[in-house]
Amino acid sequence: MKKLLQVGVVAALVMVSCGNDDASSNTPAAVTLVTYDSFPTKDTPLNAALAAFTADTGIVVNIVTAGDAGTMVTKAVLTAGNPEGDVMWGVDNTLLSAATDGKVFEGEPVEVDFGDVCVNYDIAWFADIGIDPPATMDDLLLPEYKDLLVVQNPSTSSPGLAFLLATIAHTGEDRWQQYWTALRANGVEVVDSWDSAYYERFSGAAGSAGDKPLVVSYGSSPPAEVVFADPPRDDAPTGVIGSTCFRQTEFAGVLRGTDHPDEAAQLTEFLLSETFQKELPLTLFVYPANPSVALPEVFTKFAVVPTNPFTYDPASITENRQQWQDQWTEIVLR
Amino acid sequence: MAGPVDRDRAALNRRPSWLEPALAAAPAIGLALFYMWPLGTLLARVVQPGSVSEALGSAGLGGVLWFTLWQALASTALTMVVGFAPAYLLARFRFRGRGALLAIVTVPFMLPTVVVGAAFLALLPSGWHGTALAVIVAHVFFNVAVVVRLVGAMWAVLPTDLTAAARTLGASPGQLLRFVVLPLLRPALWAAATVVFLFTFTSFGAAKLLGGSANPTLEVEIARRATQLGDVDGAAVLSLLQLLILGVVVWWSSRWQRRASLQFGSGAAARVARARHERRFVAIAGVSTALLMSVPLVVLISRSFRLGGRWSANAWRTLGSSEVRPGVSLGIDPLASITLSLKYAVVAAVVSVTIGACAALAIAAARRHGALLDVGMMLPLGTSAVTIGLGMLITFDTAPFDWRSSWWLIPLGHALVATPFVVRALLPLLRSIPADQRAAAATLGASPLRAWLAVDVRHILRPLAASAGLAAAISLGEFGATTFLTRAGSETMPIAISRLLGRAGEIPRAQGFALATILLVTTACIIGIASTAAQSTGGARARRE
Repeated sequence: MKKLLQVGVVAALVMVSCGNDDASSNTPAAVTLVTYDSFPTKDTPLNAALAAFTADTGIVVNIVTAGDAGTMVTKAVLTAGNPEGDVMWGVDNTLLSAATDGKVFEGEPVEVDFGDVCVNYDIAWFADIGIDPPATMDDLLLPEYKDLLVVQNPSTSSPGLAFLLATIAHTGEDRWQQYWTALRANGVEVVDSWDSAYYERFSGAAGSAGDKPLVVSYGSSPPAEVVFADPPRDDAPTGVIGSTCFRQTEFAGVLRGTDHPDEAAQLTEFLLSETFQKELPLTLFVYPANPSVALPEVFTKFAVVPTNPFTYDPASITENRQQWQDQWTEIVLR
Repeated sequence: MAGPVDRDRAALNRRPSWLEPALAAAPAIGLALFYMWPLGTLLARVVQPGSVSEALGSAGLGGVLWFTLWQALASTALTMVVGFAPAYLLARFRFRGRGALLAIVTVPFMLPTVVVGAAFLALLPSGWHGTALAVIVAHVFFNVAVVVRLVGAMWAVLPTDLTAAARTLGASPGQLLRFVVLPLLRPALWAAATVVFLFTFTSFGAAKLLGGSANPTLEVEIARRATQLGDVDGAAVLSLLQLLILGVVVWWSSRWQRRASLQFGSGAAARVARARHERRFVAIAGVSTALLMSVPLVVLISRSFRLGGRWSANAWRTLGSSEVRPGVSLGIDPLASITLSLKYAVVAAVVSVTIGACAALAIAAARRHGALLDVGMMLPLGTSAVTIGLGMLITFDTAPFDWRSSWWLIPLGHALVATPFVVRALLPLLRSIPADQRAAAATLGASPLRAWLAVDVRHILRPLAASAGLAAAISLGEFGATTFLTRAGSETMPIAISRLLGRAGEIPRAQGFALATILLVTTACIIGIASTAAQSTGGARARRE
């Protein structure tokens, strides 16, 4: 009864805010989309696309934010079978296995978007010095790039974990320890979060106070620099080293225990549609999984989609994550 | 010592027998429902027979515990020393800019550490990044307000005749401090040290941002296990360990506080500095405190005006709409977050002041059994936010108690954090009410209830106004508990700020600092209004007396 009331209130609010008068005559079903906290809850083209879905199907989409991606999966595992919503968006491949082991989803989750975590470089810094930026993983160990790289702690940061996985994929599970020992000897700096690395230590981000010309960030960071530049600019101040990229793929799926399996399945299908997918690049700065979607120009111009990004088996990530993080801490921080 | 006179006095002081349980009921039920039940449910669900030994036996835990403990002790000691002079200054003297100084000192405590930390990081020499020293310095900066508030509240009511007498008898300033002032202040000093220790022991934002990766506190480790590794049972065990350690500390300190409580009447109101050495003290302490405390805040504000390496107000101009560029929107509506945060702050303040006042009066009235409630009210402060959040998630999950994404769970979480402050601010004052005031009221014909209302309740009206402001400000800046609760619709200001700061691109970054500036100013205003209200009630009372 209470839930019914809540749904009614939410539905009424959404209808009022959308000015959707004709839908009020019949009772529309409502589904809840559980997502991570960088997913917009209103006012973006993504939300407009969801409103279009509501207009077409009568299914109201209510968004709830469960925390960062890791927190969201932890919560989903704890509430598996009695979920907080009907569909979940944004479980990446480093967390996927934890979610499926926890029997979070009804059926198989589908791939909805992808992006890469790559070493970014400050174009002007290298031009001034007159040397080329590093081109490979192994270049990062060379003396000319000593003390230039800042990375995130894989225990506390998702790009940090992605970069650790890139190094493990690069060297193999038994040799990454040597790679990091050498990287430490070459003066790698470790910070706790992406924010601190990119804005406090990296020299290439507009307005940053940092002095390190190399940072672990996203393949889509250069277009973000252009889109959000003030005053506007038409070239990116930063570049991406394509051979250092780790592919992060995000999944969405129907949550096991949903009260509205049909509507939830319809929503999941819509999340893959062109209407929704074409809004992903400039809202979440990720690539659409739907291959028929055209990319915005700023993406084709400044973002790098590596030809052979590193990947890792999700089950193996879940199995080894803690052990790798602990070993990494011993090697790099102690 | 208890002679016949004392016994008569005790008889006169007897309050109605129903008063104490009636007062204790609201805080006890609230605590049981929204704290103990969720926590107990989580522990019962996830902790397996093996997980205790597994979590406690994990490599590196010893190091984490040791770092957590020593940095908390060092931070507490340093905060007490640094906060002492401003506490004296603000409690005892009236001077121009006093309200502003009080606000500057208090604001850092209220703002989310992730926000001020970003500005703080820019100020520290880069060699300090990721060191224990950076964490300790930040802790002092964040927590000076606790000393100023709690010690200052006591200092404001210290009778001046004792110090005057000691001075007349030839005591040097050092002797005065050691033999008169410090013993009189002891309950408030204990209260402040306990709260600062609690906060620095459970430090999350500052430790994460400034301590870097090599120095995780227990709280950071708990959150890492729960959110990054999905190791909820390990997190729950460590959370319980943290709670045990802090429970012992709080219980031990509350015993000391009670033992040290002295009774005295109303003190002298703050006054204008007259003697030359007093004027010099006010000038030096005032200016240096203002400078030290405001530098990180000024950095924070200035960053909202920096775009493309030059000064610009564009971040402020675009703050009203969530569209940054035509067709590009962040989906974060800064202005809506302000309204939402203010609404939550009002709810949190009403709840925590009501519950906190009941709890403080009950604890003070109960004397012996009060210790249980006293420690109980402090427990949420020592419990990792992630465990409470996850506990609520699996406890309130079935109809009619499916409250998982109810909006009011968030201000309630804020109230859980703010209530202990209300209790801490009121208790030392209540405990120091001389018994003869109540006895006098009774002698004059007041019923026990009437006497209690006229003495105890009236005694806390003045700090109650200040507590309401404090609770509202805590709610405005609350970050940790909010992030772990599931939210529907708009975000609170701290969450919106951290999301803006957490994106690539300059405009969102500058907008984040602009919103942080609004949060800072709003917090300062609330504190200013509350302390003015507190002063005017206090003034009225002083005139009546």
